[in-house]
Parts: sequence; structure tokens; C-alpha cells
Amino acid sequence: MILAQDLYKSFGTLCAVGGVSFSAHDGQITGLLGANGAGKTTTLRMLYTLMRPDRGRILVDGLDATREPVAVRRRLGVLPDARGLYRRLTARENIAYFAALQGLSGALAAERIDQLIDLLGLQAIADRRTEGFSQGERLKTALARALVHDPRNVLLDEPTNGLDVMATRTLRDFLRSLRAQGRCVLLSTHVMQEVTALCDRIVIIAQGRVVADGTPDELRELSGQHSLEEAFIQLIGAATLEAPA
Amino acid sequence: MRAPGAAARVVFLKECRESLRDRRVLLNALLIGPLLGPLLFVVLLRLTVSRQLEQAVRPLPVAIVGAARAPNLVADLQQQGLQVLDGGGADPQQAVRSQRVALALRIPASYSADWRAGRPAQLEIFYDSSRRDTGPALQRLRAMLDSYAQRTAAMRLMVRGLAPTLTTPLLLAGRDQATARGRGALLFAMLPYFLIMSSLVGGMWLAIDSTAGERERASLEPLLINPVPRDRILLGKVLATCAFNFASLTLALLAFLVAGYFLPAAQMGVSFSFGPGVIGSILPVMMPLVLLIVVAQILVTAFARSTREAQTYLGLLQLLPIIPSVVLSLLPIHSRLWMYAVPLLGQQLSIMQLLRGEALAPGPTVLSALATLLLAAAAFWAARRNYETERLAISV
Repeated sequence: MILAQDLYKSFGTLCAVGGVSFSAHDGQITGLLGANGAGKTTTLRMLYTLMRPDRGRILVDGLDATREPVAVRRRLGVLPDARGLYRRLTARENIAYFAALQGLSGALAAERIDQLIDLLGLQAIADRRTEGFSQGERLKTALARALVHDPRNVLLDEPTNGLDVMATRTLRDFLRSLRAQGRCVLLSTHVMQEVTALCDRIVIIAQGRVVADGTPDELRELSGQHSLEEAFIQLIGAATLEAPA
Repeated sequence: MRAPGAAARVVFLKECRESLRDRRVLLNALLIGPLLGPLLFVVLLRLTVSRQLEQAVRPLPVAIVGAARAPNLVADLQQQGLQVLDGGGADPQQAVRSQRVALALRIPASYSADWRAGRPAQLEIFYDSSRRDTGPALQRLRAMLDSYAQRTAAMRLMVRGLAPTLTTPLLLAGRDQATARGRGALLFAMLPYFLIMSSLVGGMWLAIDSTAGERERASLEPLLINPVPRDRILLGKVLATCAFNFASLTLALLAFLVAGYFLPAAQMGVSFSFGPGVIGSILPVMMPLVLLIVVAQILVTAFARSTREAQTYLGLLQLLPIIPSVVLSLLPIHSRLWMYAVPLLGQQLSIMQLLRGEALAPGPTVLSALATLLLAAAAFWAARRNYETERLAISV
């Protein structure tokens, strides 16, 4: 369960996030939808404590992210926009490194790593160095290392970026299985099909602010449009008009 | 809960494992770093020494104008190692100016008449003092002429029934008190620098990779999202870089041990100790400096946005240790206590002392170590502050 209350973040004179509030619930997939530069990544970075909000509050399973960042990070599995792997380590070693940093070791870590390798279909490449991996293979490895500590909450920044159709499909199925396990899944995307196919709740962000928040049906109703894409355009357009120049 | 050092250990082990698979790191830490210094040192020293030796034994080429006027003199000079050049022609001045010959000797027409009459016979030497090799060659020619003049003078006195010692009221004998500083003194002053250089090169790639490299490959952000305080991650990286740096330094010392056998120490008249005992003493002297170098490298490279930028910064940092070496070799100043409080300078002084076979005084040694460690701690504090900033992780 993730709660964001009135988040603000500026870089110099640039206001990246100006008043974002929403909640992401357990057992649901929540999508942060917005155009490039709308403030999605900055919002996520505040959620996973890489950045401190200038104002506002973040609660992860009831823990304050500003006051207890380390405890909050323990409860989060994060696939950031930057998902570089260590090229000279095998996929398994990459995952094991993060397991060790999470404090897992020995048989427990090995078991958990094997489990994830099975779940994500990484068996064939698990003991190969990640140099030369395809986008899909790299994403799966990054996902495995993000989830190695079995976090209740999963944050993903544009997870399907650069994936082919098959890899996207596998990823979606995997995210649904995380939802089925009762986890709180929060992903950001600028792809409409992504939210249509996956999300139970959609938070639309434009120019650093939440312009709409609801289920896909609610959003369609709110904008009076039949397709979600039309609804999105309508809502974002409204935000652009409202924004002070 | 885990022990506080556990995360640093995890990072340390991972950095070591990854680096051991990196050909670039291995090449730098285990080959270039340790071998570059000793190799350069031996080659430079041999070149210098053999040059000096050659000059002493080689025939001395001199153009002589009017050789026919003094056949005895010329024959004597030839016996002493002079080689008569015919390049002089009639105009020795022009021959030297145009650099066709380095030295020219003119025997004027009045020579034989003066000689036979027992009057001082004039000779002219033409040379260009701005040319590098002129000094030693000129000295040799003068010595040859002096020797001929001395012998002739002695003979003339004996013919007249006088003791030749009459014309030698003084007998000079030089006793050089510069113990271990021979002709290679300048190079010896550079030796500590060669050692420090291997330490600089040894951990260089690891330092670059640790922050700038991770950021460039977009793996720093995921790393920092782990529930680990950032100073532990920094500490792990510092320790791993230290390990490689230290390995490089140890290998360099062993290489110097071997190189010692190839040094023409005897020809140089230089006594220089580089046995296992000296190496054993240099290692602890260098340890605080290794730490300082590593922390400084990591501090500097963490500000770079790419590995390329980091390389540029390190290149500049690399030049820093030359300064005390050059100062020490140019100004033969006596070491003062405060100099040991200057990191780099203190270690260079200590290493020079060890190489000269002297024992280290405990006071300056401890002072040098403490001052260096203090600066390393300050650099670590600065690196840690930089690690805590938000923009550190951002790859763009």
C-alpha cells in the first residue's frame, strides 16, 4: 500500500512535480499515465526514496519514506528507468548481489534466486554473463534482482520500454501474477495500451499534477469519451489549458 | 540485524570479482602499474650511465688546423685518445659555428718558433658552450693538453738540473663526501615517484568504474535503491580499489627488487640498497598514501558524468605527485620536520632515506603517516557528502 500526499519537487526554477496525491492499493495494479516529462519518473523517485520531496508525505505500508528511508526501501521492489546490469557478472550473480545487499544470504537467498529464475524463464541464461543479453533478457534479470527480497510493493518505471511483443506479453502476465499474490503494483507508462491491458486504477499526470484518478470506466465517464485514449487526450488537454502560462 | 560492515563487505567482494574479470583493470593493476615504473627507471638510468661511460672512453674528435706545425703534440694527443678530424678546413671558427665539428684546435704559424725558443706557445680552442656535449669534451681536451704541457715542463726542468716538483707547489686531492648520490642522483630522486605512479595506475580503472562507470552504465540508481546506507557502499568500493592498488604497489616493489640487479650501480659509483628489507619497510610507509590516493581518485571521479570525463580528471591528479619529486631533485634542500607533514613529500623523503640505507626516525615517520591519514579521512568525508546528494544516482 502506497500513499502519496501532495508531493512537490523542483529542480532549480523548474517545477517537476507540483502537488501529486494518489494511493496505490494492495492486490491492484495502479498505472501512472502521462506524456514524457509529465513528472512520472520524479514522482516514482520520490516514492522509492532516491529523492526527497520538497513538500508532502509518502507512506509505504504506513511507514514514512522521509523518516525511515531504509525500512521503506526494504518493502519496495523497484525497477527504475535506469536498469543497467553488471556486464561481467552472470545473471545469477547480478541477482545474488542485490540479494546480499538486501541482507539475504545462504540457502534462503539461493532458493529465492532459483525461484525467480524459474518464474521469469531465465534458466537457459542464468549462468551466462549479461554482456550481450537482449532487451527482454536484461529486463527479466533486472526484475528478478528487484524482487529478490520478496517485497510487498513493486514500483516499475516504464517497464515495457524497448520490449518486443512477446516479451511485453510475458511481462504483463508476470505483473498480473504479482497482483494475484496480493502485492501492490505501481507502474508508470506513456503507452495507452499498457494501462488498458493491465491497470485496475489509473492516475493521469500532466505537468507535474494529477489531473484525473480512477478506474478506466470512471475516467471514460468523467471525460465523456468512449475510448480511453480520447479520454486521456481530453483530460490532458484540459490540464494544459488550466495551467498558468 | 546485520553487522554494520556486512554491506561494505558485499560491495567489496562484488567489485573484486567483477574487476578480476575485467581485462582492462587487470592489465593496469597487475602489469602496467607495477612494471611501468621499474622499467622506465632502469632504462633511463642505463641510458644516462652508458652515455657518460661512452663519453669517457670514446675517442675525442677534434678538428686540428695546422697539425703539420706540431707533429709531436698531435702524436701525443692521439695517444691520449684524440681523433683528428679533417672537417676543420682552414676556418675553424666557421666549422664550429656550423656544427660540423664540436671542437677545433688551431696551431698558429708562430708555434714552432715559440716552442723552440722556450717561449709560451699559443694554441686556440674553438668551441660552442651552448651545445650540450661541449662541457665534458672541452674538459677532456684541456686535460690532454695540460698533461702534455706538464710533461714537457718537467723535462725542461730536468735538462737544466732542477727538480720537476719545483713547479708543483700544491698537490690537490678531492674527497667527495656525497655518500650515495652519484651521477644518477636526479634519477634517484625520481624513484619514489615511479613507485607512487604504480600505485596511481593500479587502482585507477576501478576508481573510475566505481561511480562514473556505474552511472554511465545506469547501474548506480538500482544499486542505491537497496536498503543500505550509501557510505557503506562507498566504503566497499574504496576497499576494493585499495586492494588492487596495493597489489599493484607490491608487484612494483618486487619488480624494483629484480630491476636492482640490472642497474649499472657499480659503474655509477652509487651505492643503493633495494633488498627485501628495504621493500618491507617501504610498504608500510606507502600504506597511508595508498588510502589517500584511492579516496582522492574516487572522490574526483564521482563528480564526472562519464568515464571519459573521469579519465581527464584523473590525468590531472596523476601529475600532482611529480611536483615534490621535481622539487626534491632540483633543490637539494635538507629535510625538515614539517616536510613530513606534507602527504606525498613525506613519503618521498622516507623512501629516499630507506634507499640510501638509512634508518627511519620514528617521529617523522609517524607524523607523515598521521598527516596522510588525516587528509584521507577528509577526502573520504567529502566523497561521502557527494555520495549523499540526490544527483549522484541520476544517469542523465
